[in-house]
Amino acid sequence: MAVVDLPFREGYVSSIIYVSLYVSVIAVTLSTLFSLPIAVVMGFSDFPGKQFVKSVINTGMGFPSVVVGLLVLFTVSNQGPLGDLELIFTKEAMIMSQFVLATPPITAISLAAISGVDENVRDAAHVLGGTRLDVALVVLKESRYGIATAVLAGFGRAISEVGSVLIVGGNITSARGISKTRTLTTAIQLEARQGQYETAMILGAVLVTLVLTVNAIVVRLGDQGVQR
Amino acid sequence: MPIQRREFIAAIGTGALATTAGCAQSGESSGQTEAETEMESGGGGQPGVAGETLTLTTTTSTYDTGLLDEIHPDFEDMYGVSVDAVAQGTGAALESARNGDSDIVMVHARGLEDEFMRNGYGVNRRDLMFNDFVIVGPEDDPAGIQGMGSATEALTTIAESEAQFVSRGDNSGTHTKELNLWEAAGTEPGGDWYQETGTGMGEALNVANQQGAYTLSDRGTYISQRSEIDLVILVQGPIEDGPEILANPYGIMAVNPGVHDNANYDLAMAYIGWITSPGTQDAIANYQVNGEQLFFPEAVSENPDFQQYVPEGWSSDSSDE
Repeated sequence: MAVVDLPFREGYVSSIIYVSLYVSVIAVTLSTLFSLPIAVVMGFSDFPGKQFVKSVINTGMGFPSVVVGLLVLFTVSNQGPLGDLELIFTKEAMIMSQFVLATPPITAISLAAISGVDENVRDAAHVLGGTRLDVALVVLKESRYGIATAVLAGFGRAISEVGSVLIVGGNITSARGISKTRTLTTAIQLEARQGQYETAMILGAVLVTLVLTVNAIVVRLGDQGVQR
Repeated sequence: MPIQRREFIAAIGTGALATTAGCAQSGESSGQTEAETEMESGGGGQPGVAGETLTLTTTTSTYDTGLLDEIHPDFEDMYGVSVDAVAQGTGAALESARNGDSDIVMVHARGLEDEFMRNGYGVNRRDLMFNDFVIVGPEDDPAGIQGMGSATEALTTIAESEAQFVSRGDNSGTHTKELNLWEAAGTEPGGDWYQETGTGMGEALNVANQQGAYTLSDRGTYISQRSEIDLVILVQGPIEDGPEILANPYGIMAVNPGVHDNANYDLAMAYIGWITSPGTQDAIANYQVNGEQLFFPEAVSENPDFQQYVPEGWSSDSSDE
């Protein structure tokens, strides 16, 4: 019960933090690379069914992570279409499910940010002889805070999510207590399952601290970008 | 400003590169690349399986008690491999194996194991170890089942007095046992007093603890969690002279390489050989939590026990396939 005497072995907590960050950062990076072009294209064009696509993306924001986990499981399971790659119970499978989870919020919030850029800015960029690409870059620069929010929202969803990474990752550590596919969230789930609520709370505090730190870093980077 | 943009692109590029590198590594036979690194670090005398990974799907009771973490380093050192233990509950563990997502299963529900073997998914089953189930409940024992010599009588009494009962409800080995007990008792559980949690044993114990309810638990998980909860053992299992129906035997099976050719059959058999060996069986017997032995080895025996290799009741004379 004593909070001082933690039952964590050496390297255990740092290894689950590493796995959490590794999986979420890569998933969010890939997701951003995928989402931003879509948001830009949608923000700069009108086409029939645009509202429908938007509502599909918005629906995706509320997609339950366990369902995503099951879909990814069916995909990477030995019997699934990607079965030959043997991705089940690996970090790569976890990245896949978090990519699916992070993409809708990143796309939707980026799109809102890009759409929110004043028409005058676009017109000015056009008038000043900018190509379509230049105009797009100007708009992206103007909406960078919104896009940063989008990325952070995606990151927040990815790193705090437990359902899908548990299913596709398997919550594995080595027998010596070094995480292979155990994240902070699945470690918390494991502690709670065993009734170790104190240690679960401590890991929860680590997770919150981690998310706060990442947010602070991103905000700081954004501010520095303005000063230049 | 252009500098900033370039930095951004460079950063993204690096990220993408790192990702593809990671994917490529695991995509193309990770066994080989890992084996090479292992060979370099481990020196010359490593066996040919060195660097491979054995995926073991098992139940929460073997994992959460800490048994596997205690004994696995010995196997990993012996063969230079790593064991990925995935704690899922018996039903899910067998399902993963059925899908070819694990190489070996360690579970505790003979009926489900037999079905798994009959369907051709599992081969070379061995009896591994046992402990027992106990019926635990609040100390004031509202239904009055303390000391009953019959588990089915105890369950019937709980049902008749409509005292709170927490069921795992998750198709695990313990849940299967509980359903078998209700059936043997001739009582259909249901009603407000009967709750299915759909969680692991530890969580079910927590729920029962908070609600002052009865539940069926394997002795190992109960002992490892006893210091956190107020529930007490009211009906003992066979280890403490309780009824034989509460026995909790664990079995181990390799996934049939004839069904799933990606199964790491060699290593699975090495694992079965290792875990049923006298040395590891001793290690299992010596494993204690809170000063109590959790598992009793049963693989090493002077006398033949042919039933461990085949579904219960199977005989070569019968019309069974």
